[in-house]
Amino acid sequence: MSDSQRQSDTIDENERRHELGSYLWGYGLALALTLVPFALVAWSGWPRVTLLWAIGGFALVQFVVHFRFFLHISLARQKREDLHLILFSTLILILMAGGTLWIIFNLYGRMMPAMLP
Amino acid sequence: MTATPSRHPGLNLGRAHQEAHDACEVLVFGFWVFMMSDLIVFGLLFANYVTQLDALAGGPGPGELFTMKSAFIETLLLLTSSFTYGLASYCLKYRHGRGWLTAWLGVTLLLGLAFIGFELHDFHKMAGEGGVPSRSGFLSAFFALVPLHGLHVASACLWMVVLMVQMCVHGLDTGVKTGLVRLGLLWHFLDIVWVGIFSLVYLGGLA
Repeated sequence: MSDSQRQSDTIDENERRHELGSYLWGYGLALALTLVPFALVAWSGWPRVTLLWAIGGFALVQFVVHFRFFLHISLARQKREDLHLILFSTLILILMAGGTLWIIFNLYGRMMPAMLP
Repeated sequence: MTATPSRHPGLNLGRAHQEAHDACEVLVFGFWVFMMSDLIVFGLLFANYVTQLDALAGGPGPGELFTMKSAFIETLLLLTSSFTYGLASYCLKYRHGRGWLTAWLGVTLLLGLAFIGFELHDFHKMAGEGGVPSRSGFLSAFFALVPLHGLHVASACLWMVVLMVQMCVHGLDTGVKTGLVRLGLLWHFLDIVWVGIFSLVYLGGLA
């Protein structure tokens, strides 16, 4: 075995452990972030608005966990085009979904107050 | 210690798979473009669902139609399948042999099929209680969003079967490897969409 080959093997060994660890951490964290909101809704008896904020918070953290540990999106080593694509799509989604909700609920407020939550 | 430079988001096959690793750069970028447009479709269906939350028209609402138990089982099935697909990608990258790769893919496929089974059972039960798409704006929005995700999972299962057949016929060639990398991205992505569904639709509806 040549030197360069041996070196690439040691690099792979570190990367291998890192990647297996990444999937295990991702699964553990995602599991916890799933169990807690289900348990809160089932047993906490918190007021509805508090529950909704908590569920939303746990979901946002779980999105980050999935992107980080399962899809391996990190800010450091990515090719920039891919990161730009994801960030731009998110921007468009926020504009379109946020705009939809803003317009429709504004319309409900003016014309059909019964439809407001 | 510098890690192998990453060519694309997701698990990189790395230098040990030079040809497939090179091919992945363009293919995976293209697949991300597709997934991000899909993300916008799902995001707008989520927004549409929120606008229809109170459009019950006297029909059954989330409290009557949803059960926490089946949402919880479906969530665990899909999350675990995402993890087992990760293990399959890991076995592919580090050449743990076709046996392990096929085994993890098989487990993922079974979990995916079980997920679809539970979901169909839910829809059937909802229809029995008067929860059909034509009943109210709320139910139309629900059936536009959740079954679309289920359809994606079903298509991904079909793709997985095709890849497993190709793996038997052609062996682990570059085409099969790049296919497995892209299916992995789709599978993890569908689990992310499901996190939105169980949080907003099921937990939000039952809170």
